[in-house]
Amino acid sequence: MAELTPKERMQIPRQEMPAQDPLERRYNFNEVALGFDFETARREAERCLQCKNPTCMDGCPVGVLIPQFIRHLREGDMAGAVVAMKERNSLPAICGRVCLQEVQCEATCVLAKRGAPVAIGRLERFVGDYELARRTCPLVRAAPTGMRVAVVGSGPAGLTCAVELGRRGHQVTIFESLHAAGGVLIYGIPEFRLPKWIVHAEIDYAMECLGIEIRTDHVVGRTITLDELLADYDAVFLGTGAGLPTLLNVPGVNLNGVMSANEFLTRVNLMKAYLFPEYDTPIKVGRKVAVIGAGNVAMDAARCALRLQHMRAEREGGEPGQVYIVYRRSRQEVPARAEEFHHAEEEGVIFEFLTNPVEILGDEQKRVRGLRCVRMQLGEPDASGRRRPVPIPGSEFDLDVDMVIIAVGTTPNPVVFLNTYGLERTKEGTVVADMTTLRTTKPRVWAGGDVATGAATVVSAMGAGKVAAADMHRFLCGEFSESEWWPAQVEAPTAGA
Amino acid sequence: MYTILKKRKLSDVTNEMVLDAPHVARRARSGQFVIVRIDERSERIPLTIADYDRSAGTITILFQEVGKSTMQLGTLQEGDHLLTCAGPLGNPTRVDHYGTVVCVGGGVGVAPIFPIARDLKEAGNTIISIIGARTRQLLIWEDRMRTVSDELIVCTDDGSYGRKALVTEPLKEVLEQRHVDRVWAVGPAIMMKFVALTTKPHNVPTVVSLNPIMVDGTGMCGCCRVLIGGQVRFVCVEGPQFDAHEVDWENLLMRMQYYKDEERLAVEHWKEHRCRLEQAEQEAEKERHRHG
Repeated sequence: MAELTPKERMQIPRQEMPAQDPLERRYNFNEVALGFDFETARREAERCLQCKNPTCMDGCPVGVLIPQFIRHLREGDMAGAVVAMKERNSLPAICGRVCLQEVQCEATCVLAKRGAPVAIGRLERFVGDYELARRTCPLVRAAPTGMRVAVVGSGPAGLTCAVELGRRGHQVTIFESLHAAGGVLIYGIPEFRLPKWIVHAEIDYAMECLGIEIRTDHVVGRTITLDELLADYDAVFLGTGAGLPTLLNVPGVNLNGVMSANEFLTRVNLMKAYLFPEYDTPIKVGRKVAVIGAGNVAMDAARCALRLQHMRAEREGGEPGQVYIVYRRSRQEVPARAEEFHHAEEEGVIFEFLTNPVEILGDEQKRVRGLRCVRMQLGEPDASGRRRPVPIPGSEFDLDVDMVIIAVGTTPNPVVFLNTYGLERTKEGTVVADMTTLRTTKPRVWAGGDVATGAATVVSAMGAGKVAAADMHRFLCGEFSESEWWPAQVEAPTAGA
Repeated sequence: MYTILKKRKLSDVTNEMVLDAPHVARRARSGQFVIVRIDERSERIPLTIADYDRSAGTITILFQEVGKSTMQLGTLQEGDHLLTCAGPLGNPTRVDHYGTVVCVGGGVGVAPIFPIARDLKEAGNTIISIIGARTRQLLIWEDRMRTVSDELIVCTDDGSYGRKALVTEPLKEVLEQRHVDRVWAVGPAIMMKFVALTTKPHNVPTVVSLNPIMVDGTGMCGCCRVLIGGQVRFVCVEGPQFDAHEVDWENLLMRMQYYKDEERLAVEHWKEHRCRLEQAEQEAEKERHRHG
């Protein structure tokens, strides 16, 4: 293809992602977004203006070399595209599917102001899938340093940290409490958004290349303590995420038919309960389901519930039922990834905005029979800068539902901290870590991702894994010692604080 | 992969297994549990650690075949492997010198009460144990319990062995006749509920080990939540042992019923599968005879 002028490039429309039909996909758990073919990917790549001072990279928590990989891609040099991608991101097939591109790289793309940004996420996925199918560019490990690192948790933060340290020649062992690696990528994000074979393949490939061992079934805090890890390893990274579900503080929360989104999604994703009884873990889905919250987890839970309802209707006849998302703020504040919100609406999830649950109603058998709600209005902005929702007096009403899924957030699981001393935590349960180095108050322990920030995104956790790995590498190379743990400008917290 | 080193059938439906699981054995203590999986399609099955041997790196589990998963587990033989064995999970027993402690075990609950009684005995307590089962055949570990008890009362519901009584009857008598400092009880939820009701009027602090439905067993899902003194608590990380008098038994019993229909369906599905498997094996056998 002849070199295009910037004007010509800007005339190419942003390429649409082929997707499964919304009405059909409600009957299966297959992937919704089908991915670009090579021609579409190249056409989309042609839209990139190859800015001299690219701003897209500013929006990427792991600093992917976006213009470089896109340039290789459009020149048809896939090997070059893969090398450029892997320079900064070892899990592109995963990131291309789950990153919130619209508020990250695509938001800072210069074309965003002139209509449609380059579909960076879709191109990333294309490159990731290409490499996963061919495995042409293994991650390369530097000469062994002889240093040993323990990484706790195999989610996005832990995996990234492990990969970065592995590349630098350190011997890494990952400790995972569940039976499969991936953390939230495995138990939280559904198959139709992120196929599990992609997660397994991408992790296995990276671990194999770098000689990283993953010890599943190891619940740090119980099976082995953090202090024991410190005795065996030179450095420890905590990437244990935010796995503890927050439940609603309303009457009826222990009724049958009320569950956390974590439980619902773990049953469906990790345990494959949608294939019950071929798989052993059962799942129930109501005729009318209310999901509380409107983040990504809520969207995932709602869309899983919708699929289970449709699959039941197909199997047993009858109407599939309804799935509601009950959210106390308005459409504008929905925190979920735009594509997921859009997909959920397309599939028929009903949104009850400016609505807050006040009580879960039970029948005589203590099963959910309804959700008492109150309508809200937006008042003054709160600490988050969003307008605070306040109840409208006298607006209570009962939503006719027989199942309630609570997706109002998660906090770090405290099990990892058992039998460990000197690791300071906030009131919210997150680990205190220095912002720039991710060092905790306990020497030789770093922490990043949701365990340090509270529930956030996959790619921000990956970014944290990367930041920590860089500082851990400096420590492992002897650039600073344990006695210099707290940098001069940061006051070390007093023991027992 | 975790090898089954020993397997013993204690009754038609009760199995004892010794697993090679050094990572669990090294920190295991009484009152804790493991999560096991058999194969890729298994659910995560919580089972109490009934015994452990740190130097050998083994743990003992004991289970009754009541649902699909335990039935399948029961088909495994020595030398077979489990895909998952995570633990030790939950908080260990708070062992102390209390004085006189009554340890009540019902059904397969005798297995988890055993290491608790042993620890309490070692801590200098006088142990009165009451163990029971529906019928003689289902009574387990009487010999083991005898070794850690100063006194052992055995009963069966149908009177086929020991005293014909529910465990709560001798418990009530002991409480009336003796000074008791603590009661520990492990067994079916309904039994533990009645133990709690029995000890309550005597104001004897009572500890029970709860066995609600779990998924991950590590505090992630909240499926196992119970109401303790009106507060929501996760059995997997905050338990499994709780003050029996604080437990909302109705809530626990009701939550344990939630997947009844699915459990029945899973058993039917499993039996059908086994049937087909056996038929296929028989046919293969016939085929071999024909050719042999």
